[in-house]
Amino acid sequence: MQKLVQRAAIFFLALLCIGITPLLAQSGADTSGSAMDDMAQATMADLPVPPAPPTNVTVQDRSNDNGTGVIVRWTASADEGAAGKVLMYKVYRSLVSDAPFDQWVERGQVQINGGEYSYVDEGARDKDKSDYFPKGVDLFYRVAAVSADTFGLSASSDPVQSADEWYNTTRTTVLVFVLVFFGFTLYFINVAKTGKSLYVRPLAGIEAVDEAIGRATEMGKPILYVLGLGTASDIATIASFSVLGRVAKKVAEYQTPILVPCYDPIVLTVAEETVKTGYSDAGRPDDYKDDSVYFVTQSQFAYVAAVNGTMLRELPATNIYLGKFYAESLLLAETGAVTGSIQISGTDEIAQLPFFVVACDYTLIGEELYAASVYLNREPILMGTLKAQDYAKAFVLFSIAVGLLGRVVAPDLLHTIFNIK
Amino acid sequence: MANSKNLMRIISAAVALAFVISWIFKSMNGMEDTTWLNVRQGALVTIAAFLTLSIYSFLYGDNPFYRFAEHLFVGVSAAYWMSLGFWSTIVGNLVPRTHPAIADFFQIAYSQDIPTYLRLIMIIPVVLGILLLLRLVPKVSWISRWPLAFIIGTTAGLNLPRYLQSDFIQQINNTFITMLPAWEGFGSFFSNFSFSASGQFAMIMSNIVIFVGVVCGLVYFFFSKEHRGWFGVASRIGIWVLMITFGASFGYTVMGRISLLVGRITFLFHDWLNIL
Repeated sequence: MQKLVQRAAIFFLALLCIGITPLLAQSGADTSGSAMDDMAQATMADLPVPPAPPTNVTVQDRSNDNGTGVIVRWTASADEGAAGKVLMYKVYRSLVSDAPFDQWVERGQVQINGGEYSYVDEGARDKDKSDYFPKGVDLFYRVAAVSADTFGLSASSDPVQSADEWYNTTRTTVLVFVLVFFGFTLYFINVAKTGKSLYVRPLAGIEAVDEAIGRATEMGKPILYVLGLGTASDIATIASFSVLGRVAKKVAEYQTPILVPCYDPIVLTVAEETVKTGYSDAGRPDDYKDDSVYFVTQSQFAYVAAVNGTMLRELPATNIYLGKFYAESLLLAETGAVTGSIQISGTDEIAQLPFFVVACDYTLIGEELYAASVYLNREPILMGTLKAQDYAKAFVLFSIAVGLLGRVVAPDLLHTIFNIK
Repeated sequence: MANSKNLMRIISAAVALAFVISWIFKSMNGMEDTTWLNVRQGALVTIAAFLTLSIYSFLYGDNPFYRFAEHLFVGVSAAYWMSLGFWSTIVGNLVPRTHPAIADFFQIAYSQDIPTYLRLIMIIPVVLGILLLLRLVPKVSWISRWPLAFIIGTTAGLNLPRYLQSDFIQQINNTFITMLPAWEGFGSFFSNFSFSASGQFAMIMSNIVIFVGVVCGLVYFFFSKEHRGWFGVASRIGIWVLMITFGASFGYTVMGRISLLVGRITFLFHDWLNIL
């Protein structure tokens, strides 16, 4: 009974509170009405004055692109110099010129630099990307001069549509070089096809391949051929395939086992084909063993651990590392040196060459790797390409000499020609 | 033979015991608060320490601990990359463009905004991928050479202008340097003479080294001419320039590798043994 009375009292008190609160609030509002008006007037007087908005907002489709950029330019706010009133400019974009401000998307900020006022609004071509840049539709831009508290917003620009171009004029130099290089290549391939002897200087590393294969045969131990971490599309890996074909043919002739651990599945496929072809060319297709070319893993250091383990267990007489290598180069070459193998290496990765030079018996430096396949095969197409490369290098030397003189005569002219965006 | 096997068993048992004790000690740290969390954390740290030391045991030579760590590493990484390849390439790129039902099956969003021709284009890589897999069927394995030819040919073609631009033309552009930067005559040169890196003398020397290094380096990479006479001298200078560059690069990279070693040592002595 006592509890029932307590609950009833609490219930009525609660009702009382609920009923009284709005009344109190209303009376409070009534009593302080004049004070609120005063406050509002004072606040209006204290509101920060927005800086003068930027003017002359002009827009232009960015040229030489794939329809993913618009250049916005404007004239600075008149208040820019007034004691740092304008801190920066913000660029807004909308698909409708008279859209409410909350539908304008901020695209970027430009700091005060006292010079040219422009902003390149750019994005991605792919519709799946979050920063997709709409192509072929009207875009409108507004620029805001931003002060510490507020901002002054310009009028909307004229509409602009981004469009893609078929030809990038800034890359004309590349086109010219491609045509010149193609011309050299075709000419020298024809020269090589006529049977004219073209000289290729000896490469110590490649001349040592036959010796290394002979050593492995005498010792009855396998040859380990590592193609590196490159993909089948890397130039160094493609050059390495050529050498692998030659090595496979030799080991097939000498009946020496070969081990080719692969990092990339596509490289594995090409390497299998290359080694099989080498065995076929040697007239011993049946001697090819499926497990001589095998996939390891696509994890860099797990691959290294596996190849190093192979070196320790199989003790190959010769290790050949040709292709694209990264941080694993020294780990592989050092282990090979510890196991006493003859080591021949080659890569176009400049950062890894020092490790190969230190730990291997022979190293093909950069382009020597590409020349190696020519030196081994001496086919007219490859010989012509090598000769064309040399002429391209001669052209580079000539360009540098001209550039040296050009610095005196017309310093910026050559940079304009060779500076490609 | 039997003795060495027994010895190996004893060593393995001792190592296992040592790491179990390590696990117990690691798990006892802060046992009052979150017991199972500590037991799990202790196990992870102990296993990581065991695998680290197993890989380091390679310095002694091939041994069962290294072989265990190697095979574990290779197996786990191969499976991981295969899984990643499937989910990122096939499920990530192909499935959202095929059919809503297939996208629903893999519980990913179906891409509705893609135009039809872009959906149809996806058939090409799918067909090429299937052709590539045909190498597993001996009778028609030759068909797999077609996608291989496509991959190598296409990428070589795409790479040509890219390399020509970045490795060739841009390099030529960067070699257009003046031999006498900020030159105002001999009087100014000697009166303001300085060995500082930003001084005129250092700048002149730097530009000369760049010019001579590039020219002689290029001469070294001429393959269709014998390296004799002045050509041989320039080639010799070129290889010296390359070797000096390699030496500097070697030292720089080794310092980076040392930092990796420091990271592992810190893990062993701080996270595992708590003595640092």
